[in-house]
Formats: sequence, C-alpha cells, structure tokens
Amino acid sequence: MINSQNISLVVNGEPVSASVPNRTNLVDFLRNQLGLTGSHVGCEHGVCGACTLEVNGSMIRGCLMLAVQADGAEITTVEGFTSRDKAAQLQRSFQKNNALQCGYCTPGMLASALEYVEAGGGADRAAIRQHLSGNYCRCTGYQSIVDAVVDVIEQGAKQ
Amino acid sequence: MSGPLTLFDKPNSYIGKSVPRPDARRLVEGRGKYVDDLQLPRMLHAAFVRSPHAHAEIGIIDTAAATALPGVIAAYTATDLADHVSPYVGILTHLQGLRSPPQMPLAVDRARWQGEPVVMIVAQSRAIAEDACELVEIDFHTLEATCDAKTALQDDAPVIHAEFDSNLAWQRTVDAGNVEEAFNRDDVTVIEREFTFGRHTGVTLEPRASVVEYDPSEEVLTYHYSGQAPHMMQAVLAKHLRLLEENVRIIARDVGGSFGIKIHTYGDDVATAAAAKILGRPIKFIADRNESFVSDIHARDHTVRGRLAVDAEGKIAALEIDDLTGIGPYSMYPRTSAIECNQILNLTGAPYAIDNYRARGTVVFQNKNMMCQYRAVGHPVAMAVADGLLEEAAHKIGMDVVDIRRHNLFADNAYPTNSAAGMKFDDLSHQKALEKLVKFMDYDALRQNQTEARTQNVYRGIGLVSMVEVTNPSPMFYGIGGAPISAQDGASVRLDAAGALHVSASITEQGQGTNTIIAQISAGVFGVDIDRVKVTTGDTATTPYGGGTWASRGAGIGGEAVLQASHALKQQVLDVAGVILQAVSDQLDIVDGHVVDKDAGTQRISLADLGKIVYYRGNELPADVTPELIATRHYRVTDFPFVFTNGAMAAHVEVDVETGFVKVLNFWAVEDCGRVINPKLVDEQIRGGVVQGIGGALYEECIYSPDGQLQNASMADYLVPMAAEMPDIHIDHIETPTKTSVLGAKGAGEAGTGGAPAAIMNAVNDALRPLSTSLHQMPMTPQRILKALGKV
Repeated sequence: MINSQNISLVVNGEPVSASVPNRTNLVDFLRNQLGLTGSHVGCEHGVCGACTLEVNGSMIRGCLMLAVQADGAEITTVEGFTSRDKAAQLQRSFQKNNALQCGYCTPGMLASALEYVEAGGGADRAAIRQHLSGNYCRCTGYQSIVDAVVDVIEQGAKQ
Repeated sequence: MSGPLTLFDKPNSYIGKSVPRPDARRLVEGRGKYVDDLQLPRMLHAAFVRSPHAHAEIGIIDTAAATALPGVIAAYTATDLADHVSPYVGILTHLQGLRSPPQMPLAVDRARWQGEPVVMIVAQSRAIAEDACELVEIDFHTLEATCDAKTALQDDAPVIHAEFDSNLAWQRTVDAGNVEEAFNRDDVTVIEREFTFGRHTGVTLEPRASVVEYDPSEEVLTYHYSGQAPHMMQAVLAKHLRLLEENVRIIARDVGGSFGIKIHTYGDDVATAAAAKILGRPIKFIADRNESFVSDIHARDHTVRGRLAVDAEGKIAALEIDDLTGIGPYSMYPRTSAIECNQILNLTGAPYAIDNYRARGTVVFQNKNMMCQYRAVGHPVAMAVADGLLEEAAHKIGMDVVDIRRHNLFADNAYPTNSAAGMKFDDLSHQKALEKLVKFMDYDALRQNQTEARTQNVYRGIGLVSMVEVTNPSPMFYGIGGAPISAQDGASVRLDAAGALHVSASITEQGQGTNTIIAQISAGVFGVDIDRVKVTTGDTATTPYGGGTWASRGAGIGGEAVLQASHALKQQVLDVAGVILQAVSDQLDIVDGHVVDKDAGTQRISLADLGKIVYYRGNELPADVTPELIATRHYRVTDFPFVFTNGAMAAHVEVDVETGFVKVLNFWAVEDCGRVINPKLVDEQIRGGVVQGIGGALYEECIYSPDGQLQNASMADYLVPMAAEMPDIHIDHIETPTKTSVLGAKGAGEAGTGGAPAAIMNAVNDALRPLSTSLHQMPMTPQRILKALGKV
C-alpha cells in the first residue's frame, strides 16, 4: 500500500513539490506543510465554508479535496488575494464595512464573495446572500458582509 | 463621579466615532494568529476516546494496542492523571445549596454523558492519535440514563451521583408582594402558558483549541488559549495542576469566536495541560466539529410554566414563573451551571413595574452534555416568558401590544428603582426606547400591511420585546461566591520616546473590537492620533490583572480603566511639560501629539521631543523631577451589582401555513447601552446577537434520543443561521450614560441574543393568531408549527 505520494503544484504563484500522506486533505496540507494558515478549518465536512479556496479557477472546499488530488493544480489562498484586483478591493471593503469580527470565516467568505464578484454578479442583496449561504459566520449576522460586497460591485460599476 | 467635562466633545476625541478596526486588515489578509496556526518544535497532538454512552460503568481499559502504534507517545486514563490533577467542583457559595461532585478531566469509573473524555492519546500527529483512539478497548457496562429533566427528580429516576440522594443540583425561590391574592382578584385576566427552550450551543467557527508548553527547568507552563478570561484560566490551571500561579502564563492571540463557550474549564483542555507538564513537550489539542457538539457547553434547556394576571387596563397585577432546567451531570467549573436559572428568576418581567412576583427555579442533573453560560445567559428565556405572556394577555383583553407595554414599563423618570426580584436599576429608558421603536418600524403601517396580507391568505406577524441586559457586573456576580474571577480590570498606558502610546489592558478581544475601543478611548483622552496607540491584550505576562471580556463588561469596565489611566498619564505628561516649558501645567493640553497652550492652541512641544528629554536627556530636568510616563488604573463597579441596559426590539415575520416555514422579513432594535464608543462596532454586536437569537428561536437545537445520544452532532444536521435566511437588521440608539463611571458606557454584547427570540416568538404567534393556535416552544421549527396548526 502506498501511503504517501509526491505532488507538484503552484500555490499563490509559487511552484511547490512535496510528499503528502494520501489521506491528508488539501487544507491540512496547505496549513501544516506549507504554513499557509490563512485558510481555516471549521467543520471538516464541507458545510461551514471556512476552508474555501481556489483550485484551477474554481472555488472549492479545502477539506473535501485530498492534497494528492491537487497534483498539477494551480491554487490561490487568501494569502494570494492581495495581488488580485477584485480580491484586494474586497479585502479593503471588508475592513471598511467591518464585515468581520473574529475573522475566522473571513478567508473563506472572501473566496466565495470573490467568485460572485468576478463572475459579474450584481449588487442584488438577496442574490449575494444566496451566493454566500454556504459560508457560516457566527459573529456578524451577515449584513455587513453583504454591504462590503455591494460596495465593491457598485464601485466597479462606476469605473 | 467627577471627570473632565470636555472629554467627549474635544475635537480630537475618538469616542463616538465609527473608527475602523486597525487589526481587521491583518485578518482579511489571512495573517490571523489562531491557536491552531501555532507549530512549535517537538509539538505533539492529542485526541480523546469519548464515551459512546450517556451513562456507563467503565471497566477495564486496554490501551496496549494503541500505545504500540508507531508515533504514539502516551495514553492516559483518569487513573494516570490522578496524581497530576486535583479535582474541581463547580459551586459558588452565594448560590446557596448548589451542589456538584468533584470532577476530573477524564471520566473516573463511570461515564456520565455521551462525549465525556475517557482516554487521552498523545501522538506525533492528530491523525496518528485518532488512529490510536480506534485501538483503545474499553469495557463499558451501560446504565440506565436520566436524560429528561422533567423526570430526573422522580423517585424511580436513576441517580447520577451516588453521593447525592437525588438528581437535584439547586433550587431557588423568589416571592415578592402577595401573588396569590393578586391572581385571585375578580378584576384580573389570567394567562398561563408553558414555554420550552431547547438546548443549543455556540458553534464557534474556530473550535476550542489549546496548545500547551511546559518548561520543567523553570516550572513554567504556557497555555496558548482561545478564550475570554486569561487570568481566570491562569488561576484554574495553577490550582489544579499544582503550579505557582505566577508560573502559568496564558496567551490569547486571535480567538475565532467564543460567545461564552470558551470561558469554561473543559476536561480535555486540562488533560492536555497535564500531559504537556508530564511529558515536557508542547501538545496541541483542537476539538473537531463532532467533539465540539458533544463537549462544548450547551445552553438553555428550560421548561418554564408562567402565569400573568392583568387588570382591564392592562396593568400587570402579578407574575409567577416556575423554571426547570437540566444542566448535564456536573455543574461546570468555575462559573457553575446554576447561573442561567438564577438569571431567569432575576430577569423575568424586569422591564416592568410589578409588585407581585413569585418565581421558582429547579436545576437538575441529567446524562447529557454539560450546560453553562453562553451569550445572553438566561435573557432569551426571561424575555420570551414575560413578553410572551404579556402579548397573549394584551390580545385576550383586546389591547394593543404596544399599549400594554406603555402601561407597564418603568417610567423613564422612575430611577433609581428596584425590580420585584430585587434588581437595582438606574439610567434606563424603556418608554423612550419603545416609542422610538414604534416610529422606527412604522408600526401602524405594518399592522395595515398585516391586515391586507391576511385577505390574501398570507400570514404575517409582528412581535415586540422590551428588555434589559445585565452588563458591567460587579464582584457580586462570581467573586463573592469564591470563584477566581476578577470583577475589576486594569489598564497601563505609557508614552514611549517616539511620542507613541502603549496600552496594555486586561480585557480581551474576540472580534468585537475591544482593541479598537481601547485605542479610541486612550487616543481621545490623551490627545494623540489613534495610529500612534499600540494595544496589547490577552497575555497574563504583560497585562494588568483583570476579568477579561464576558457578560458585556469589556467596554464598560475595561474601557473606564483605560480612560482613567490615560487621563492620569496625561496629567503626568503635562506636569513634565510644565517644568520643561516653564509653564503652569493646568494651562496646557495635549492635542494631536503635541503639548499646546490650552486656550490659544499653540503647539509648544511635541510628545516625541518631550519623550526624548525624559528618556535620553534627563540631565535637562531638575533632579527632583522624576517622570514615570506610565500610569496604571483599575476599575470595578461599586454602586450596583450590575449595570443594566435596556432596549426594545421588533420582528416582522411571514409564516407559510402549508410548510410551516418562517421567513423573517425585517427586524428592528432600539438599544440604550449608555455612551456609545464606536457606533459601527455596537451596531455589529447587536446585529450578530440578533442573528444568534434568531438561530435559537427558529433553527438551533441539540436533539437527544431518550437514551442520551446527541443525534445531530454535525454542521450538516444542526442548523445555524446562514446568510440567505437572515434579514437586514435596523438599529437605533438612545444614549443614557451610566453614572457609575466617567465613560458612561454599558455593555452591548448580548442584547440582540437576549431579545430577538422573544420578538420572533411573539411575531410567529401573531401570524398564527387568526388560525387560533400558538406555539411556545423554541426552536419554532416547521414541524412544530405544522403540529400547532394540526397539519401533522
């Protein structure tokens, strides 16, 4: 039985090679082996959204994918968002609107919001709420998060 | 209280402004530092074998196969830890008669709830530790479980603790006025209802987390803590691991939500600390989500029978409640599990002038996970019972639900006054809050909308609540009863050689913005730009002694300590400046980082220059001038046991009578938390709290089987509020500063959670009223609503 495999991937623009146990999920690999602790682990069964991150252009749950499945993939985590236009706008808008309290859901919430904004989603509050409804936040009650997303969309529309 | 009168309207004051949180940028960029982010050299990982049974004798425990697994370092049972940990007992002497047996971190001889830790495995990774847990063999002999609080005191109920004669933990009664006589009056209408509040839990997104390191050379234990009360944890760990208190350091950096969940003493955390001490290596324990559900404290679990008598004018003649609550097999240490029941007795009907009030509370042991203080302790129950009965009474006598409140709320000029249960009130504004709410929500228009909707078979309801919140507790809350919990908090403020301020404070940050308001108060009171204030919290080695952040006390108590310390430092700086400038210090002020002439505003010397003279060129000062440039102040509430706040809230809901689903259309809150330091942060506390309250009212419940198995211990099965179901929440304020401090701030952390369930329940029942049914059981799930409607 092979217990580990070598994988090569690109994380936040940086090529990475590593040997990972087969059973290690992607978010644990990123956190524990690469030290990218921005992605958080909340439920480990794909419900809370805290580990949402981008793999090959799609937002996925880092706890529902094995690290070995990411061989050859291009991955962006919250640590890589600052260099991406809409993501950086969302980060600023989250701060301005106080769209976070404890900050634990924030990396995953930003990832889901980024997916919505980059897909050209409109400033419709109900649609934003619907899109974010896979990301759990215990602190804010969500309203300020919706405000932050709306602000970014409306600023984009003005430009 | 005396204080600088111009403090709050000075041009450079930050108090009252929505300053963005400086630390938020770190968190949005993924640079947070939570406990699980720590990786220490030679760190090991803990996992626990937990009891699969609610009640069972523990026979032989065989850990041989587990310890033989490569990578496993140690396995511990209760016996192995007996010499390393002294037992703890969750009682407080002022809760007279409360009893609970000694508890150890791992179950001794008998497991008493499903999820109780029995064996601890320490291994090189969490995955290996979990593999080893699978290999532990435990000979359990199951026993009949006592799960239902309603039957726990029956003669035939299995007694959970052999040393006690029954499953009774505590009982208390309150009897004010003449309740019997009032209920027997000819001119009163009596409403009687039974209210049920299901168990729910905190579901902090970051689970409970500990990393503990021990240095045997200095006998120093360092506990990286995700929690709210570092000094309490220091005292608890020192006492029960037999260490000197000063040799235990608690460090709380970023905390991924707490809400009261992480303020208690958990066996798995204590076992982790004990193992770190035994092994002399760092150990990490992070609860997984299943462990969170079965071992994080639960809250509520109350059945309350209530009756209310009102006269024809709607004036309350009498209120009586009987609360029964199940707390699991032990009273939680050190805050105890009787506090929620105690609060319910203290707070039910507290907004109203009631002469005749009787209450009984009964707290019982049961074979379920432990119950303890969680956000808004007791408030949702107390408010829902009183305001639920009051709205029912209003309808019964044909009175509007707003009018009946107008007739009964304490008048705004009634203070100081006492409630029937003996609570001392001052500086409240119930009547003003109600009137503001009615206008804010456009009550009359909503009623009209409701009538119109009903003609189209759309069932909408409007529900209100008038409420109080316990904030800024004095030593009367815990300290008086013997708990190592500080009611006072401290702050040290110092000026450095570059003219910047460094504040270290004993209150703590879990995302509510504690560090921000500390900086606001200090910058404003002292007179520097907020960017020049560096705040340290959450470390017992570097902050003054204090209670931390809980019971909505951070701003009101810790904030006042910051204010006083900043003011004292300012006086020191002005005295030094007076010497340097050969001026009278009374005629100087500090504005924008400069000492200025108070009247003309002319800049005389920058704080950086002053700092350099004091620190580098002390030779320029007369020998008898020895500036400290650091000031420390502590503050506690002395005049009142608690500083109450008040508020009025309303919910607008639509009930789908075919599916039983409730849609919350809108929610309004008018809150009086005294002086508002940061309006945005206060609003967000209330919004988050309201949503947590909506969760308890509509979705959240820890569902147990009759034999004590938690059946929905995952986030897929336990429903929490998500973005799509929640409405926007409208907030307005009244500011009646408390006279107990110069700052005048009361707390705001729990109002939303305390008030929202009552407003939601009243709104749902208002929607159901034309269908001649009602529901007083939370959560008000679709199934329960359909059952109330007779459809299932």
